[in-house]
Amino acid sequence: MNATTATRMPADWRDFFALTKPGVMRLVIFTGLCGLLAAPGHIHPVIGFTAILCIALGAGGSAVLNQWWEAEIDAGMKRTANRPLPAGRMHPVDARDFGIALSVASVALMGVAVGWLAASILAVAIVYYAVVYTMWLKPRTPQNIVIGGGAGAFPPMIGWVAVTGDITAMPLLLFAIIFFWTPPHFWALALFVKSDYAKVGIPMMPVVAGERATRRQILAYSILLVPIAGAPWFIGGTGALYGVTALALSLAFLALSVPVAFREAGEGDAMKPEKRLFAYSILYLFALFAALVVDALARQQGWFA
Amino acid sequence: MTPEEEAEYRRRQKSRNLVLGGLLLFFVVLFYAITIVRMGD
Repeated sequence: MNATTATRMPADWRDFFALTKPGVMRLVIFTGLCGLLAAPGHIHPVIGFTAILCIALGAGGSAVLNQWWEAEIDAGMKRTANRPLPAGRMHPVDARDFGIALSVASVALMGVAVGWLAASILAVAIVYYAVVYTMWLKPRTPQNIVIGGGAGAFPPMIGWVAVTGDITAMPLLLFAIIFFWTPPHFWALALFVKSDYAKVGIPMMPVVAGERATRRQILAYSILLVPIAGAPWFIGGTGALYGVTALALSLAFLALSVPVAFREAGEGDAMKPEKRLFAYSILYLFALFAALVVDALARQQGWFA
Repeated sequence: MTPEEEAEYRRRQKSRNLVLGGLLLFFVVLFYAITIVRMGD
């Protein structure tokens, strides 16, 4: 099939679905749900479901806008060249309209059904990812992952605010945890996956600042993560169940990042410490947020104070 | 358009319509449920 018929052909619905990055969505839904379940107070299950749905729709919408904007960049990288837009399976205007529709619908539904504060934060998160990160800062700074991590940090905060209706220290801390977790998580991956970001002009940290600087920054963020992950307990927002789990998980994170920070990879290096840190970082986030929810439920049930 | 392309065109159109119809139905039910819940507030 040549390009002209491909653009005339209506795109397959699966390509629209793929455009919302369903893989990323899983983490978004999980952390959003944890924020919602850990928050004090009561939310009707239907409203809670709607809140999570809106978070997922908003994340999908901004992912679509991200790929609409980056279609040319994606075309130049092996990992992304087969996405619906660079592969020519969809018209860019369709993708743009789909992304805007998802984003607007998610904010409107959140506002009407759940509350306008949660809707406002969702709107900020979408604009932050699709405009501030994708269009403005990602192609300009090697700190792009730090900034992009901010977008991923919104879901638990939105889930929390959907229940409480106000912003307190706790939702801000949940934001901070993911914000400081993202750079070491992503840079560990970037160290062992030879990507072609350099070819398409995206300034990723290992390419621009070199491996040494990247390794040191991984350590810096891992150190900061220990007090930040423990902070919800220190300020009395959670019980000791979360506090002790968070500290143990974070110290293990730090222990795994130390060998990554102080070594240099030679030719044909198996990159074992980097792979171990990356795999653990995913487990870390799931376990940390699960502990947050279990802690909140345990206190609500009065199992212990 | 060749007959094969015509058939593919129809197939895609049909599956898109089905997905869209399903989504509409889902949102009808969801909005009904939200309305009932919020009326109780």
